[in-house]
Amino acid sequence: MSKFKKDGGRTTPAINTSALPDIVFMLLFFFMVATKMRDREMKIRTKLPQATEVEKLEKKSRLHYIFVGPPLDETLGTSPRIQLADAFATVDDIQTYITMENAKKDEAEVPYMTTSLKADETVKMGIVSDIKQELRKVNALKLSYTAAKAAKD
Amino acid sequence: MGKRRRDIPEINAGSMADIAFLLLVFFLVTTTMDIPTGLQVALPPISETPPENSQQKKREVLEVLVNSADLLLVEGDVMSIDKLKQKCKDHLTNEGRDPSLASSSTKAIVSLKNDRGTSYKMYVQVYNELTAAYNEVRDEYSMRTYGKNYSDLSPEREENKIKEVKSKYPKKLSEAEPVNIGVK
Repeated sequence: MSKFKKDGGRTTPAINTSALPDIVFMLLFFFMVATKMRDREMKIRTKLPQATEVEKLEKKSRLHYIFVGPPLDETLGTSPRIQLADAFATVDDIQTYITMENAKKDEAEVPYMTTSLKADETVKMGIVSDIKQELRKVNALKLSYTAAKAAKD
Repeated sequence: MGKRRRDIPEINAGSMADIAFLLLVFFLVTTTMDIPTGLQVALPPISETPPENSQQKKREVLEVLVNSADLLLVEGDVMSIDKLKQKCKDHLTNEGRDPSLASSSTKAIVSLKNDRGTSYKMYVQVYNELTAAYNEVRDEYSMRTYGKNYSDLSPEREENKIKEVKSKYPKKLSEAEPVNIGVK
């Protein structure tokens, strides 16, 4: 039976890595479930205001996004601009944008669509009020002032 | 020695980890963690007919005004933001005791008016305080009646309780069209 004996010095056994893919897959699934796709490029700065009474927005698919804030590109000045999807826009574009976005959705979903307004905290209410007026005109009445959750005192 | 069962050769899974890592890194880079949170607002629909001239008695309405310098005026008095919530709660839970505040919680209205020059930050703060007042008042009522916070009531099983609390303290937060009082 001596032919089955290993010859030579004792070598350290290789570490068993067969469970490594399982671990990595577990991590992968965690990230797939817990995160959402970054789907737009920000052209403006939005430092969100803080609030204690914020609620989670239920479904991501039922959201329209409107961004307001000073442009990141400093050559464009510091006055707040509106960003819809990936481009700068004006207040007049909002109606078209919301209508177009609603057209892409299932008709039954449209009444549940919420507009998530992400505005920089330095923005003045004038522009925000204009946006609110435009939203009322297209009957997009559910609005959410996006704010970061602050600790309750 | 010669009679060995021929096994199916094992698939080499050594590179599986690499593939999984690649996918993992892809998801780490392309996704964000934050769940959007925000203050929910229901905008009033636009009606062709102008709103009926509100015959609301003055005592039912708590007037909150924020000017372009982010100063707060409640019922004509300057107030700091940290006192707003208590004031609003007093208004909602007054039930006719104080003649200057609302006669009943179902009639109480909070009117928020801001300037075009008000900063969004201040506006959100004020809105937050007013929402907090409503939430707390509802919580307290729900706690007294059902022994449970309003926010903890389950929307499926305790629908009636939620309706009851909502009808007791309806959220009548009206926002006037912004005005231009002294632009900077």
